[in-house]
Amino acid sequence: MSGVVEQVTQQVLERAREAASAVVDPELPVLTLADLGVLRGVTLDDDGVVAVAITPTYSGCPAMATMRDDLVRELAAAGIEARVRVVLDPAWTTDWITPSGRAALAAAGISPPGPAPRRTGPVPLRLGPPRRAVRCPLCGSPDVEVTSEFGSTACKALYRCRTCLEPFDHVKEI
Amino acid sequence: MPVRTHEPDEHDNAYAELLTDDARWAFGTDFEDPLAGVDTTVPDGVDPATLATYCLMLGDDALVLSQRLAQWCSNAPDLEEDIAFANIALDLLGQARLLLARAAAADGRQVPALPAGSPVPDEDRLAFFRDGPQVRNVRLAEIDDADFAQAVARVLLFSTWRLELFTDLTRSRDAVLAAVAAKGVKELTYHRDVAGRWFVVLARGTEESRRRLVAGLETVWPYRDELFATHAVERAAAQAGFGVDPAGVEARVEAVLDQVLDAADLARPDVRPRAGVQGQAGRDGRHTEALSLLLAEMQSVARAHPEGRW
Repeated sequence: MSGVVEQVTQQVLERAREAASAVVDPELPVLTLADLGVLRGVTLDDDGVVAVAITPTYSGCPAMATMRDDLVRELAAAGIEARVRVVLDPAWTTDWITPSGRAALAAAGISPPGPAPRRTGPVPLRLGPPRRAVRCPLCGSPDVEVTSEFGSTACKALYRCRTCLEPFDHVKEI
Repeated sequence: MPVRTHEPDEHDNAYAELLTDDARWAFGTDFEDPLAGVDTTVPDGVDPATLATYCLMLGDDALVLSQRLAQWCSNAPDLEEDIAFANIALDLLGQARLLLARAAAADGRQVPALPAGSPVPDEDRLAFFRDGPQVRNVRLAEIDDADFAQAVARVLLFSTWRLELFTDLTRSRDAVLAAVAAKGVKELTYHRDVAGRWFVVLARGTEESRRRLVAGLETVWPYRDELFATHAVERAAAQAGFGVDPAGVEARVEAVLDQVLDAADLARPDVRPRAGVQGQAGRDGRHTEALSLLLAEMQSVARAHPEGRW
């Protein structure tokens, strides 16, 4: 009997994971929360309610409440009652953006992030311009310049391509 | 015959649509606890009131400077810096929200009481319903910006200090504080880099930009000593293993500032520290006049509608 319960539970979780994985980021709708690395887990609580864990990209990310609402709604649409939990540790890093997420960003004209800095101990001061190997997502040229370290959302910097002259967003490495 | 009062048609009411359950309205109508699902149990041997007050100190630093930086919206020298300051303000607001929520979860007695049924969450009660003497930010966070150069000097000093504090705070015995700090370190790193780059650019730019930067630095520098003056709560927090004694990060902060000053070809300002009142300063709720004006602007709407839903 317990084997049957176990099987049903696995099926619910499987469907819950599928539904949660399809929810898109409200500010970067070309990415799913799974692609973005914001979706940290889908588990079953003791009371039978599915618990979805998400982590904020930035401390002040204003999209957290929307993500939470979207997840609850999408899972409800799949017939699953769910609650959403915040996970703060470990802190989100752009390294968690999946290969398919990176491809989706590039296809949308947004330059995906390079490897995030990894360090322990004191953070070195950087007074020069940020060193990144960025290519224009539109024409592929490596001849680009940064116009602003900040863009329309906390996670992006603004660049301009010197070859095709188009401006584009770059997702900053953190 | 009964008098028929005018009942406005719901369709005529522009606000009616806003009060539906549309989850997409203003990023969701329900602002849930930012620590929902996070274990906020106070660690063994930690005094909840001390933990809460310590979180308020770090949270208020971020909240007040966030409000100051937000005042640059549409006022910065160019669009890019406008966006930069707004982004830095948003990061700090996020840190403040988590820290104030953590304070409330540790010790609910420090959260201002509101009429029964008020929907205002704890972190908002702390942000909008405390008066100046209960607000515990360092005074560096609250002073007015005379111009962009002074704003740059302040963000440099503040973010250099806070980055070192948070670097040590990642080892806090309180898992929530440690997690907030680990995330904050990433953000403060680029706040400091942006401020440092502008600092050097202005110092080595024109005669006028250098003059303004020097004046700005001399205005913020008197609030420098307060950053490293250990308050009794900070000492207790450090001894209990969940907080950081700011005196311990002074040498590292100095080293970074010296690097920037060297690159800017500037000496440390020769100005006297701004004294507190009877040995008390921002951490004790003793502030400059600038904070009252800032709080009035920030809090008046929330206070006028303590039962409002946003």
